Amino acid sequence: MEPTSQVMGAGLLSAAIWIPILTGVMLLAVGNDRRADVVRAVALAGSLLGLLVTLPLYLGFDPASDQLQFVEKLPWIERYGISYYLGLDGLSIWLVLLTALITVFVVIAGWRVITERVAQYMAAFLILSGLMVGVFSAMDGLLFYVFFEATLLPMYIIIGVWGGPNRVYAAFKFFLYTLLGSLLTLVALIYLYAQSGSFEIQAWHELPLSMREQTLLFIAFLLAFAVKVPMWPVHTWLPDAHVEAPTGGSVVLAAVMLKLGAYGFLRFSLPIAPDASHELSWLMIALSLIAVIYIGLVALVQTDMKKLVAYSSIAHMGYVILGFFIFNQLGMQGAIVQMISHGFISGAMFLCIGVLYDRMHSRNIEDYGGVVNTMPRFAALFMLFSMANSGLPATSGFVGEFMVILGAVQYNFWIGFAAATTLILGAAYSLWMYKRVVFGEVANPEVAGLKDVDRREFWMLMAMAALVLYMGLYPKPFTDVTDASVEALLQHVSQTKIK
Amino acid sequence: MPPAVLPQAFNLLALLPEIALLLAACIVLLADATTKESAGWQIDRLALGVLLLPLAATLYVAADGHSYSFGDMYVSDLMAHTLKVCAIIATGVVIIYSRQYASDRAIRRGELYSLALFALLGQMVMISGSNLLVLYLGLELMSLSLYAVAALRRDVATSSVAAIKYFVLGALSSGFLLYGMSMVYGATGSLNIPDIVQSIAFGRVSESVLVFGLVFVVAGIAFKFGAVPFHMWIPDVYQGTATVATLLIAAGPKLAAFALAFRLLGEALMTVSGDWHQMLIVLAVLSLGLGNIVAIAQTNLKRMLAYSTISQVGFVLLGMIGAHTGGDAARSADAFGSSMFYAITNVLTTLGTFGLIQLLARKGFEAEEIDDFKGLARRSPWLAGIMMMMMFSLAGLPPLVGFYAKLVVLESVISVGLVWLAVYAVVMSLIGAYYYIRVIKVMYFDEAVDTSPIVVGNDVQATMAVNGLLILLLGIVPGPLVSLCAASVRQALQLG
Repeated sequence: MEPTSQVMGAGLLSAAIWIPILTGVMLLAVGNDRRADVVRAVALAGSLLGLLVTLPLYLGFDPASDQLQFVEKLPWIERYGISYYLGLDGLSIWLVLLTALITVFVVIAGWRVITERVAQYMAAFLILSGLMVGVFSAMDGLLFYVFFEATLLPMYIIIGVWGGPNRVYAAFKFFLYTLLGSLLTLVALIYLYAQSGSFEIQAWHELPLSMREQTLLFIAFLLAFAVKVPMWPVHTWLPDAHVEAPTGGSVVLAAVMLKLGAYGFLRFSLPIAPDASHELSWLMIALSLIAVIYIGLVALVQTDMKKLVAYSSIAHMGYVILGFFIFNQLGMQGAIVQMISHGFISGAMFLCIGVLYDRMHSRNIEDYGGVVNTMPRFAALFMLFSMANSGLPATSGFVGEFMVILGAVQYNFWIGFAAATTLILGAAYSLWMYKRVVFGEVANPEVAGLKDVDRREFWMLMAMAALVLYMGLYPKPFTDVTDASVEALLQHVSQTKIK
Repeated sequence: MPPAVLPQAFNLLALLPEIALLLAACIVLLADATTKESAGWQIDRLALGVLLLPLAATLYVAADGHSYSFGDMYVSDLMAHTLKVCAIIATGVVIIYSRQYASDRAIRRGELYSLALFALLGQMVMISGSNLLVLYLGLELMSLSLYAVAALRRDVATSSVAAIKYFVLGALSSGFLLYGMSMVYGATGSLNIPDIVQSIAFGRVSESVLVFGLVFVVAGIAFKFGAVPFHMWIPDVYQGTATVATLLIAAGPKLAAFALAFRLLGEALMTVSGDWHQMLIVLAVLSLGLGNIVAIAQTNLKRMLAYSTISQVGFVLLGMIGAHTGGDAARSADAFGSSMFYAITNVLTTLGTFGLIQLLARKGFEAEEIDDFKGLARRSPWLAGIMMMMMFSLAGLPPLVGFYAKLVVLESVISVGLVWLAVYAVVMSLIGAYYYIRVIKVMYFDEAVDTSPIVVGNDVQATMAVNGLLILLLGIVPGPLVSLCAASVRQALQLG
C-alpha cells in the first residue's frame, strides 16, 4: 500500500491535532478562574475550530480508495527513521470526526458545572482530544505510541482532580492498568523495528514473521488493547474510572478512549500478526461473548447508573471485538459502525446521567423515580438514548449490532445466536434502569423539586439525538467510507505472513 | 597553532577548558578568603560568572574536533565536549538553585562553590581521560571535593553520618577501581587506553588477569553509579546530606560516571564485552528490581528519588549491555549512544526534582517529605506543573524526554536479542510509575496543609522554567540530542 500523495488538504490532519492541543496549552498558560467565561468561550471556539477542520477531511475523502489519504510525512527522529507520518483511511476517518465532535459536547457539558480550575479542566479535554485524533491518524508506530500513551496524562488528572469521592483510587487504577498493557506494546514495537528497520506501520504489515513471533506480538498488543477496550477479564478499571470521573471524563472515556484499543486491533494486531489472529480467534471470540453475556448480566444488577452504563459499554465493545475476529466484511464493518454508534450513544447516556447528577448529586437508581413528572423533556430524550442503548431498530445502536450478528451467523450459527442475546440483555438493563429512574410516582421531595433541562442541555442532547437517529435511519455514509479499507484489510489478513 | 614548536604530545590547547576551570575555582577561593560572609551574594554572581570561562573554552576547543594529547593520555572529542558542557551547565544550575537554600542554612557559600568547582574539574578530567591513571585522578579529585560538600553541615547529625558513609564506601570503591586498573595494567602492559586496545587486539594479554581486573573495574564503576549491590551509600547520602550536596552528588557525577564507564568498557575493554556485559546484566536486573520496589515504601521524597536513581542507573546500564553485539562496531556505538542519552536526560530531571525540593525549603524547614508537596498545585501551579512533568518523565511517559531515553535504551537491548530483559525492565518501570504518580497525586489531588507562600527569585524561577520546559521540548523534538549522542560515541570509537 503506497500512500497516495495529495496536495489538497495537506496539513488538515495536523490542524485537527494541534488546534485543540495549542488552545489547551494557551488556556493553561493564561487562563484563570476569575475570567472563567472567557476561558469557556475560548475552549468552545477551540473545540469548534477543531471540528471544523475535520469536515473537509470527510468531504474530501475518497471512499473508493483503500489508500491513505491526507498524508503528511516529516522526518522526526532521524537516527531511528521515525517520522511524523499522518494519514487517514476508511478505518480511521469516522473516529477522527467522532473525537472532534465529542470534544465540543464535553466543553458544553462542563459549561456551568465546572466552576473550579476551569481553564485546567477545559485544557485537559482539549489536549486529550488532539492526542486522540493523533492516535487515529498516526501511521508511524512510534508516533502512534506517543499519542496513545500521552492520553493517559490528561485523563489521570481529569479523574483525580474533578472526580468523585473515590477519585484517587480510580485514577491510580486507571493509570496503572492501562500502563501495564501498553508498556509491553512498546517492547513489541521496538522488536518490530529491530526486525524491519523501520517504524512505519505499513512496513510492518508486509513484514514476514514466524508463527511464534506473531503469537508473542499478538499477545503483547492484546494486553495493551484489551485493557483499553476493555475486554473481559481486564475490564475492572472501567467501572471505577467511569463512576469517579466527572461527566465530561466519562463521556470522553466511553465515547472515544475505548475506541483507541479497538482501533489498535485493526491497525496492529490483525494486519501485523494475521496468522496468529486466525489461530487465536477462538480466544478472542470467547472473550467477546463473555463480555456480551456475562457483563450484560452484571450490568443488570447495578444500582449505580454510571456503573450500569459502564458495564453496558464493556458489553457493547465486546461486539466490536467479536466483529473483528469473525473475519468477514459484514462483521468488521458492523464493528466499525458499532464503534461510532457506541460513541454517540454512550456519550449521550453519560450526558443524561450528568444532567441528573448535577441536580441531585446522586447516581443511585433508588434515589430517583418519577423523574418524568418533573422533567418531561429530559425524559423523552433519555428514553431515546436508552432505546438506542438496547439496540432498537431505527437507532444507531441497531445497525452495528445487527451487522455483527449477521456476520457472526455467517461464521457460525451458535456464535451468532449467543451474540444475539445482547438484544434481550441490553433491553433489559437499559429499559429497566429507565423505568426505575423515570417512571412511577415521584419518589421523594428532591425529585419533586427537579427543574427540566435548560436550553444548553436541551440542544446538546437534541444534537446527540439527531445523530443517533440519523445514523440509525441512514447508515450508508458510515458504511460507505469503510468499504474499500475493510476489504483491503480482510484481503491482507487472509494471506499468511509466515516466511 | 605552531605544531613544530609545540609537539602534539604537549598540546595545552586541548586542556584549555580544565585550565580555565582551575583558574575559575581559584578566583572563587581567593574571593571567598578576602570577602566577608555578608557579601555572599557577590560570591554567587562570581561563581556563576567564572563558570562562563570553562564553558567558553570548551566551546572554543570543540571546534577542533577529535584529538589526543599528552602522549594519548588525554582525549578531546565530541563526547568529551558534550558531556563537559552538560556538566558545567549542571553545576551552574545547582549554584542558581542553591543560593537561597545555602544562605538560609548558614552554609558558607564560598567554600561550597569552590568545592563544587573542584568537583566539576574532577568530572571534566574523568570525561577526557584516556589513561587509567588520569581517569583515576579525575575521579579522586571529584570524590574528595564531594566528600567535603557532603560534610558541610557538620552540626547536623544525619549529614555527618551521610558524609562518613559516603567517604568510607567511596574510598572502598576507589580502591576497587584502582586494583582493577592495576590488573588491567599488568595484563596489557599499558595505562593508555589506545595502547590497551592495541595489546588486547594483538592477543598479547593474559586473559585471566585481564578478566580478573575487569571484575574490579566493573565493581568500581557500579559503585560510582550506585548500581545494586553497590548502592548502599545512595539512599543515606541522598537523604542525609543537605539538598544542595545531594544535587551536586546526583547530577554532574553521573555524567562523569558514564564517561568513566565508556572509556573503560566501551573503549579499552570492548573486546572482552562478552565478559562485562554479563556482569552488567546482573547489575541492571538487580538495580531495576530493588530500586523500583523499595522506592514504593518511601515517604521521604529525597530517599524515594535516591531509590529511583538506582533504578534509572539500571536503565543506563541496559544501554551498555546492548553494546555487546558480537563485533558490530556501529551498533555497539549506538548502544552506548543510547546510554549517554539516558544519562544526560536523567541529569535534567535530577536537577529539576532536587532543585524543587530546595525551592520549597525555608529557613528551619526541609520540604523533603512527600507530604510536604500536598496541594502544591494550588499553592504554585507553575512549580507543580514542572514537578508533574518531571515525574511523568521519570515514569517514562511520552511526550516527555524520559520516554525517549527508555525507548533508545530498550531498542539497544532488543536489537541484541535480549527481549526478556526489555520485558523485565518495562515491568519494573510499571512498578516505578506507581510511586512517581503518587507524587502527582499528592500535589494535585490533595489539599494543601502548608499554606505559607512560596518565595522564589526571578532568576531561579526562570531557570526552573527552562529546566522543566526542556523536558517537554526534548520530548517533542528528541531527534537532535539522540543524533548528537550517537555521533559522539561514533567519533570516540573512530567510526567516522
